[in-house]
Amino acid sequence: MGEYLTLFISAVIVNNFVLTRFLGMCIFFGVSKNLNASVGMGMAVTSVMTLSSIMAWLVYNFVLLPFNLTFLTTVVFVLLIASFVQLLEMVIKKSAPALYNMWGIYLLLIATNCVVLGVPLLNAESNYSLAKSIVHAIGSGAGFALAIVLMASLREKLRLADVPKALEGLGVAFILAGMLALSFLGFSGMISL
Amino acid sequence: MQTALMVLLVMLLTGIFFGFVLAYANKKFAVEINPLIHLVEDALPKGQCGACGYAGCAAYAEAVVLNPDVPPNLCVPGKGPVADIVGELTGKAAPAVEPRVAHIKCAGSAEKAIAKYRYAGVEDCVAANLLQGGQKNCLYGCLGFGTCVKNCPFSAMTLLPGGLPFVDPEKCTGCGKCETVCPKNAIEMLPVGAKVGVNCNSKDKGAVAKKNCSVACLGCGICAKNCQYGAIKMDKNLAVVDPKICIAECTNPTCFAKCPTRAIEPVVKDHFSAGKVANVAGNVAV
Repeated sequence: MGEYLTLFISAVIVNNFVLTRFLGMCIFFGVSKNLNASVGMGMAVTSVMTLSSIMAWLVYNFVLLPFNLTFLTTVVFVLLIASFVQLLEMVIKKSAPALYNMWGIYLLLIATNCVVLGVPLLNAESNYSLAKSIVHAIGSGAGFALAIVLMASLREKLRLADVPKALEGLGVAFILAGMLALSFLGFSGMISL
Repeated sequence: MQTALMVLLVMLLTGIFFGFVLAYANKKFAVEINPLIHLVEDALPKGQCGACGYAGCAAYAEAVVLNPDVPPNLCVPGKGPVADIVGELTGKAAPAVEPRVAHIKCAGSAEKAIAKYRYAGVEDCVAANLLQGGQKNCLYGCLGFGTCVKNCPFSAMTLLPGGLPFVDPEKCTGCGKCETVCPKNAIEMLPVGAKVGVNCNSKDKGAVAKKNCSVACLGCGICAKNCQYGAIKMDKNLAVVDPKICIAECTNPTCFAKCPTRAIEPVVKDHFSAGKVANVAGNVAV
């Protein structure tokens, strides 16, 4: 149990995918303009990450490993996640229109995103068990959601701030992200796996 | 060689597998959407201003197609042409849309309206308004931090140097977003063609208003007396023009001629054209 908790916390804070590994930058900047959208995005990423980690674990352990094809991992995972997200979108659109209205539009944005690809790849690389993969995926998703929600709240405040003309918009957002990443650097080394 | 074949096989099988799964899901989970909704949405201006009362253009398109009680002329920015198209697509009769344009009910630039303190907070009218009703002595005038300018979905507004917004009538669609966000209610939507507009929002008594701002409406009622059609009424020390009478009956407005503070002025297109803009800008320059 303790092992899982460590893994979870490390994925959320210490090895935060956005702020310490710098993956998923495009959605991190693209969808952090307002808080509601960022919450939706965080939820979408977490669920897609978890589900695709399960799929990827199955494929990796039952197809790629037995046939000695681990060098194909990345390519197969890209294919797997891209198709899986499409599938998920269709299913949600049909079975839960309310949910689809809430974060359906973000699903396609993450179909080929590096965060979503990065988690299954890391799982495979570290030979995690299925349970560990799931915990790691949920933790990484929560970490992403945390980062994007923090960023969105800051950027909402920033909209009213007196920013130098040249830095308006993305410029100051980059600086802000840098500072956030700096502060997350303080967690490094707290948990070593 | 064997590995290469294996790679080919695995990739091919994975591809085929997902291809079929997606194709199957596409059939199985297909959602029927009335294609008319997309057509109507395409016809709308996509300003997402919400003047129709719906969350956005897509929401209005859905409502107008699916609900027989929703009229096709709710899109104010689209004016007549869009109402016609939407009416035609949905088979509803489209009553005419009254075209409107935003009018700023304040001419009290930084040098004309007396300030009670210097505001150095967040550059936003709503925020400034929270602090004793803003930095001006006049509690009704434009605060000049451009909340309306920032919220205009059609970029029709600019903030002039003296701290008053300027509305470009060519770009203004009359959606009324600025009217909603202004904490002072200092913006009104005038029907296009209205001859005169009151450039003041002060409900203070004449003497107070005059003390606060050199271009305030004093509520003297000279304009109301001069209007032979009875289109101007005095309400709480402020002249209010009834645009219907003004448009329909008046051909040669004389109401503004005797205004002691020039708080009532003709609204003509030329008024906003390039030369006059420079003039207006010059007037309000600090």
